[in-house]
Amino acid sequence: MKHSFIDQYSDRDSFIHRLDPRTKFLTTLAFILAVTLTPPHRWQTFVVYFVLVSILIVLSRVPISYILKRSLVIMPFVLLVTVFVPFFKENGLVLLAAILVKAWLSVLSLILLTATTPVPRLLEGLERLRLPRVMVMVLSFMYRYIFVLVDEVMRMRQARDSRSSGGSRLWQVKTIGRMAGTLFIRSYERGERVYAAMLARGFDGQSRTLNNLSFKLADAYFTFVVVAVLLLISALSLWGG
Amino acid sequence: MEEVVRIDNLSFIYPDGQPALAGVSLTVKRGERVALVGPNGAGKSTLLLHLNGILHTDGQVKVFGKAIGNGNLREVRRRVGLVFQNPDDQLFSPAVFDDVAFGPLNLGYSESDVRESVARALEGVGMAGFEKRSPHHLSLGEKKRIAIATVLAMSPEVLVLDEPTANLDPRGKGSLISLLRQLPMTLIVASHDLELVRAVCRRVVILDGGKIVADGTAESVLEDAALLKAHGLTGD
Repeated sequence: MKHSFIDQYSDRDSFIHRLDPRTKFLTTLAFILAVTLTPPHRWQTFVVYFVLVSILIVLSRVPISYILKRSLVIMPFVLLVTVFVPFFKENGLVLLAAILVKAWLSVLSLILLTATTPVPRLLEGLERLRLPRVMVMVLSFMYRYIFVLVDEVMRMRQARDSRSSGGSRLWQVKTIGRMAGTLFIRSYERGERVYAAMLARGFDGQSRTLNNLSFKLADAYFTFVVVAVLLLISALSLWGG
Repeated sequence: MEEVVRIDNLSFIYPDGQPALAGVSLTVKRGERVALVGPNGAGKSTLLLHLNGILHTDGQVKVFGKAIGNGNLREVRRRVGLVFQNPDDQLFSPAVFDDVAFGPLNLGYSESDVRESVARALEGVGMAGFEKRSPHHLSLGEKKRIAIATVLAMSPEVLVLDEPTANLDPRGKGSLISLLRQLPMTLIVASHDLELVRAVCRRVVILDGGKIVADGTAESVLEDAALLKAHGLTGD
């Protein structure tokens, strides 16, 4: 079965797609930092950040409806965490709104990052940025095997559905529990086989990769423009009082 | 002819007490194409895992005249390439290039050598141009070919394959068979797919219950209907 729910649209071509993953990662980080450090009552500043991320989204040629839909999936979780803020803080509603807006803007920028960068390239970028190798490896295994696991779950569900119809709630919950257990054991055994396949090709605990990345002039321009705009916005926002 | 693999009286019991091999002796010479056939659970895969030291014993398995031990594992694994049955186990990287480059990188090749051997290996299995693809977007037949490329990239002198045609459709199987026929190195293929065995191998070894029960030319073993039937290799 085919899945591409992580980095859909990342194989398209645009100015943003062609940037080095490190550039995109660092500017996204800078954007999120700037957004989260903005004081809660500065509505104008948030609007400016929204315009900035919108311009980038349009430049990336990723369908806007896709990015909006993706961002809405995450918001309920943010709401769940923040819903009690108004009861404990002065000016709580403003704070709640600000947190939601900040989260949404950050999520938009992250979706833009993953929709314009194939996961393997992103991981390569993270590795070149000196993220610990173990973390990069764990992430890359996760990306590789999440689809295999999803397939396995789908097959198990089909096998269950073709043999069961109804049953009590409790019975259904028990079945799901057993399926989770089976999935865990199968994954564990797969882990052993994967490790054997790694050993068979000379793996000795040391991970080695090649560098396929190179910064181009466009990366320098992009970083400069984004960072300059972010600084300008923060400066204006502070100066505006 | 030079002996590339020599197994002397190899027995193996899994840690959970399940016996897998009971006194197996086998010699393979350079350039031979040996099929290891037998029913499910005969010990084929266990035997293959001994050929490059994934499973350890002391000294019963010799490769190129030297017993496999901790001192020569890296060399053994370069010279004896093992292709696993399920390509989802063998291909563990997010992109095809990384997987094919994994072996050469572990062998410490230089960057240009790595790129060259990856290109050569993918070319060799007819999968050039797939470098940036993700394994989960490939068909099983394509994944099998790439799994073979990941091992060919290390330029092995012996290629060991576990059930290479398992789960393939007839077309995928046909193209895999013609790929295996083209490969110049010594081949050891574990399978119960007799069509594959007939097409690729000159010598057939039957393994059943952890023991070698027959060893001969493909013609003599595969024509012996009673022998095949006794070891669960025919349907009736």
